[in-house]
Amino acid sequence: MEKKNIMDAPVLYDEQNTFRGVMKRLFRENKLAILSLVIIAIFVIGAVFAPWLTPYGYEDIDPINRLSGLSKEHPLGADELGRDVLTRLLYGSRISLLVGIVPTIISMLAGAVLGIVAGYMGGRVDSVIMRLADIMLAFPSMLLAMVIMYTLGDGIINIFLALALVNWASVARIVRAETLKLREAEFVEAARSIGVSNFKIMWRHIMPNCIPSMIVLFTLNIPSAILSESSLSFLGLGIEKPMASWGMMVNIGRQYLYNNPELSLVPSIAIMLIVLAFNFLGDGLRDVLDPHLKKQ
Amino acid sequence: MLILIGVAMLIFIMLRIIPGNAIVTMMGEHANPEAIVRMTAELGLDQPIHVQFWKYITGVFSGDLGTSYSLNRSVSELIATSFPNTFRLAIFAALFAWTLGIVCGIIAAVKKNGILDHLFMGVSLLGVSVPVFMVAMVLQYLLAYKLQLFPISSGSAGLIGYVLPAIALGWNSAGSISRLTRSTLLEVLQEDYIDTARAKGYKQLPVIMRHALRNAVLPVITMMAVQLSSLLSGAVICETIFSINGIGRLAVQAIDGRDIPLLQGTILFSTALVILGNLVADCLYSLLDPRIRKEV
Amino acid sequence: MEKMTLQVNDLCTSFFTDKGEIKAVNHVSFDVPKRSIIGIVGESGCGKSMTARSVMRLLKYPGKIVSGSIAIEDKELTALTEAEMSNVRGEEISMIFQEPMTSLNPVMKVGKQVQEVVLLHRKVTKQEAKKEVIRIFEKVGISEPEKRYECYPHELSGGLRQRVMIAMAMICRPKLLIADEPTTALDVTVEAQILELMKNLRDEIGTSIILISHNLGVVAELCDYVHVMYAGRIVEQAETFELFDNPKHPYTIGLMNAVDSLEKKQGVLDTIPGTVPNLLDLPEGCSFEPRCGKRCEKCVECVPELHEIAPGHLVRCHACGQEV
Repeated sequence: MEKKNIMDAPVLYDEQNTFRGVMKRLFRENKLAILSLVIIAIFVIGAVFAPWLTPYGYEDIDPINRLSGLSKEHPLGADELGRDVLTRLLYGSRISLLVGIVPTIISMLAGAVLGIVAGYMGGRVDSVIMRLADIMLAFPSMLLAMVIMYTLGDGIINIFLALALVNWASVARIVRAETLKLREAEFVEAARSIGVSNFKIMWRHIMPNCIPSMIVLFTLNIPSAILSESSLSFLGLGIEKPMASWGMMVNIGRQYLYNNPELSLVPSIAIMLIVLAFNFLGDGLRDVLDPHLKKQ
Repeated sequence: MLILIGVAMLIFIMLRIIPGNAIVTMMGEHANPEAIVRMTAELGLDQPIHVQFWKYITGVFSGDLGTSYSLNRSVSELIATSFPNTFRLAIFAALFAWTLGIVCGIIAAVKKNGILDHLFMGVSLLGVSVPVFMVAMVLQYLLAYKLQLFPISSGSAGLIGYVLPAIALGWNSAGSISRLTRSTLLEVLQEDYIDTARAKGYKQLPVIMRHALRNAVLPVITMMAVQLSSLLSGAVICETIFSINGIGRLAVQAIDGRDIPLLQGTILFSTALVILGNLVADCLYSLLDPRIRKEV
Repeated sequence: MEKMTLQVNDLCTSFFTDKGEIKAVNHVSFDVPKRSIIGIVGESGCGKSMTARSVMRLLKYPGKIVSGSIAIEDKELTALTEAEMSNVRGEEISMIFQEPMTSLNPVMKVGKQVQEVVLLHRKVTKQEAKKEVIRIFEKVGISEPEKRYECYPHELSGGLRQRVMIAMAMICRPKLLIADEPTTALDVTVEAQILELMKNLRDEIGTSIILISHNLGVVAELCDYVHVMYAGRIVEQAETFELFDNPKHPYTIGLMNAVDSLEKKQGVLDTIPGTVPNLLDLPEGCSFEPRCGKRCEKCVECVPELHEIAPGHLVRCHACGQEV
């Protein structure tokens, strides 16, 4: 490593890791990741501008055309109440994107803070936090989320909470491992030797160096949160009706699977596409940002 | 063991912090107040929570998981009758996922950057990104409903009924295992001892089979253990779609019937399975890796 | 002329990377006479390991033999199919690698790893193969061979592991052993023992050895002939005594001075100024020219040919030519 002024918080990643640098390399090395970005962008636009993109509301019913299959009025069909599937899909992408992002942010923040504290402080703090994480990780995540949803009741806020509670532990574990490595790094010892407070070391020296792997983790946790939500909604635990979520649409469509497979297939494909896009993007970012993470 | 007690405690607390009285939610808003009091006393819910927990946990160790409210049968008994079905499903899914994943991973690694490599890796990313219920429903629709090759619901169909659910459930794991197998195998093939093996006069295939695979499979085993938890999560959905009377379906029933002892029991049991699976993986790992064996 | 075990003629090996062709081995020719030990010396990255790997045809992607011939006795190796080549490896030519720590498979008993070679090349039962392994373990100085047979690599010291590697390489009595820096990772005392062992095995079994090293002392002790490599080319070759008594190429002289000044513990270390040239972008003339104290105009213009300045002593230098 080159010598750096120890008074600056040194950041192990170089200037290439600015936003523009990353995007440049991503663009050069991984065309699929760019395609994924485009897909994600389309879904985001669809979610934001849903009311202007379709003549229907997500609750509007059209009894004549119920279960009509694909038609001119309803390009992706209409459901059992005659609600337009495309419209519900667009509104549903709001839920799915939110559910992908909000709980992931919460669990990333909680996991990062706990992971850094556990890794840096060590001793009893570490063992308490990590035992708690072990307990969380021992649950089959779906069942844990089910219990939490059962306890809290339906509603989008509760989904956020449930998914955040399920996911923080794995983040904490990875961040802790990273912190353990960084704790022994020379610049941290140097900072300690000149009397920088523990809090400042964690915040200014360790945190910034965890960021690349956290960005990757973030992009890879979003799709798994989306999948979890859709599975929960599929089982009937999730947002309140009549709001539309893709998983719920699949669940409703399941009753009409044999005659109207498009009702459950269309939202399934939407889920698959967005998850695939985030996975590609995460893989691409990982190659660019942090080759070591590959091993996990 | 400690983790298991922690798990029990966590579920116990979570299921008892439901806003409002659990009994009221169970018996409905308009139940007779006297009946509620009687029921509460009968279930021991009027006692302080730590007393309740003590009673429960001592019961657990003697094999008594309480009595289901909704089905009016012993929870242990219910679990005992449904577990074999889940077990069968999970084993078939795991066998499917592991053989397919490892074989594809090996082929992809050997033919690195070839057509098969790109094909398998593309398909596997798709495998990771597809929600379980989508695979399940597509299989059900195409192979069971349209082509009638398999029974639609598996409950009473014997072993052939498990083919589709097992594929649906294993699909995700097959994807991630083939990706991991490929990357670890490629890494192992760079090791010095692979050169040694080739210098001995081994041809390409025996080098991989005798020397590379055993080393490459170590991280894969860790991943299999991790996946046991997601396999059980997916089982909830597969069992629902293919109407298999397993643990997952029992949990869903418990939630529908607001049946706390049953929910508690199924989750505790599944978590115990995950922990057991991890234990088995650890043993297997140390069996395959003499370096670990010595430390243990 | 006596019979040669190995004849390498005009060998070129390149790595084809995104940034261009890297000529790791550049028109290299040398012979290995029967029962002799020849040394290849040079800095890291000069192409000595690549020469060895080319002979074994164990180049890592994207390396490739571009031209030249490699013949063991009368068999042309570059013409063999991959399957035929794998029959040669371990049987006729074997190789010891630099790192005894990582060159053995960590999840396999060392005895088994040696036994494999026997089973692969000889039609014997497992029992017989095991007996043979124990015999060779004794021969390479592994004490308690039966016990060591059951050990895993991580349970053995570096010296022992290298002995296992040697046992593995010698068990089929190959015609040629290539030892790629076999002692670099070992202690000095262990190094001496291993070198002694290799010498004894040559005398006993009659295997020719190519010893690759950056350590002039090791080479001087063991080898009959020495080839000095620089930036993919052989720059000087001679019998060991001739080379050490009468080094001609400025690079060889530089190397020897550096070692001498180390040994005499002088205050100032004699070094060769500058660094190894970038193989992607070799100078048009002599590749040592930028660092050479005796350079002239001719050195910039063209690569000097290897020419004989004394019987068996070849030098690739414009400045050394006139002295004959």
